[in-house]
Amino acid sequence: MSSEDISTKLKTKFQHEHQLAYYKSLENKHTTVEFDDDPLSTRMILNMGPQHPATHGVLRVLTELNGERIIRNKLDIGYLHRGVEKIAENKTYQEFMPYTDRMDYLSPYSNNVALCTAVEKIAGIEVPDRAQYIRMIGCELARISSHLLWLGTMVMDAGAISFFIWTFRERERLYDVFDEFAGHRFTVSHSRIGGVASDLTPAALEKIRAFVSEFPNEIRDWKKLLNRNRIFIDRNKDVGSITYEEAIALGMSGANIRATGIAYDIRKFEPYLKYDEMDFEVPTRLEGDNLARYFVRMEEMSESIKIIEQCLAKMEKGPIRVDDAKKAYPSKDEVYYSMEGLIHDFMMTDTGVCPPPGVESYHAVEAPKGELGYYIQSDGTGHPWRLKVNSPSFSNLQGLEVILDGQMLADTVVVIGGIDPVMGEADK
Amino acid sequence: MAKEQILKISEAVAAKFGDQVLGTQEHAGDLIVLVDRSVIHDVLKYLKTEHHFIYLSDIVAADRFTEEDRFEVIYNLISLRDQLRFFVKTRCPEIDPKLPTVTDIWHGANWNEREAYDMFGIEFENHPDPRRIFLPEDFKYHPLRKEFPLIGVPGSLELPNTNPDIE
Repeated sequence: MSSEDISTKLKTKFQHEHQLAYYKSLENKHTTVEFDDDPLSTRMILNMGPQHPATHGVLRVLTELNGERIIRNKLDIGYLHRGVEKIAENKTYQEFMPYTDRMDYLSPYSNNVALCTAVEKIAGIEVPDRAQYIRMIGCELARISSHLLWLGTMVMDAGAISFFIWTFRERERLYDVFDEFAGHRFTVSHSRIGGVASDLTPAALEKIRAFVSEFPNEIRDWKKLLNRNRIFIDRNKDVGSITYEEAIALGMSGANIRATGIAYDIRKFEPYLKYDEMDFEVPTRLEGDNLARYFVRMEEMSESIKIIEQCLAKMEKGPIRVDDAKKAYPSKDEVYYSMEGLIHDFMMTDTGVCPPPGVESYHAVEAPKGELGYYIQSDGTGHPWRLKVNSPSFSNLQGLEVILDGQMLADTVVVIGGIDPVMGEADK
Repeated sequence: MAKEQILKISEAVAAKFGDQVLGTQEHAGDLIVLVDRSVIHDVLKYLKTEHHFIYLSDIVAADRFTEEDRFEVIYNLISLRDQLRFFVKTRCPEIDPKLPTVTDIWHGANWNEREAYDMFGIEFENHPDPRRIFLPEDFKYHPLRKEFPLIGVPGSLELPNTNPDIE
């Protein structure tokens, strides 16, 4: 098909230039896929998304097919672009934090922590130990919560519906934990610059302990069901493979790069919070296919449970926010019963934390999807001059464009499920 | 330990590229080396081949809103072997903001460069797929530039008809 064909055949209702450029880029894409000519010689261009239940949001995939095999494909993202980086430049650091909840909306807690640790790094704020342990517990619970959604939807994409309900039952329990622990079920916004919003209540501790003791049984049952399941393995083995060279060259992160054998985990690479004191493993696999990603994420959930147990054992009583009015919100006791407290609270809301002028720094955390980093440039005011989000889903989706070439069309949804992108984060 | 290694690498870059290395800045343990844009491709290639920075984590573009060298681009490199992170920065002017692409060094730079083009209008020469990434091609502005209003430009983005009955 020549390019004249596309421009005459394309009947768009709006954004014509975009559609044209998109279809043309598919034609111009260099492909290395070798294929036997289909006996029916059915070459077609198929558009999937942005409204498709199996694309996990608003991902659009344009594929050129030869029979059932994908010769080449192009992704189109940006349907959920809200311009959070522009918004960040017009908000104080603390005001911006609730927006991070809405980026990777499957694990809000890690996003809050990612922003707060980045601001604390550039502004030079030391966080009390207890707050760091609380953050770690929250992050690991968020990791489990995110992986549960991945597991449910990925297995559902592969054809098993009932599994989705079991993982969502556990997710629902996690929401209850977050409700007790952070005050919200979903978009928690619990972390604060300089600490966390509230201490763990005895009821929250009890719920976390109950979850930690019972959840490994669930994992055991799921592993029993899936690890040796013929249908599941046939559907995932050697599907969506990528080599480690490609994964590194494409800058993939998180479980997707660990499934190719690279033990790249920010918690070990440049430890933040108290991860250097924790005893945990970074699970890896060598195959780089969808099944390897499944094993990596399943093991990560067990490791998260281990980390939470260690945090609960090591946590000591103490302050949960740094006691410095220039660096963090004062406690509510101070705000309600003293004038200085009220003034400080007002100043924190109005101006907020001001890092030194003209400096810039980068801090990353290991979010459930991979390396989530914030690059901040400060001009000395309470607003960032430039705040760049390095989101893992963005890097992983770029890998998806390479992975999908040469796959069967029916495997597309399984591969997307295995890569586990969140469009809220990729589109910023 | 890691810090000494980073210093050593930045010294090696300074020794190899001489005057083209315009300076370094450091804050909170992050060392950023500023180089001239004429050698940025060579510097990055040198870092990848000689110092094993085989993984490109991110490309950050920023608008400095100054008369000269308005835009800057920061490359966030990782050496998985030595557990190091390294930042290289370069600047380009407002008129004709062009930089060489690094997609030939790291394939993963493709989308990051498209993002920088989309948000700031920085053009990457010889880029294999120079399109916008988030916004449609029909959009004529670069929204993260400082002069772009927060509220947006009314009418700049064509939206589908919300009433399905009207063709």
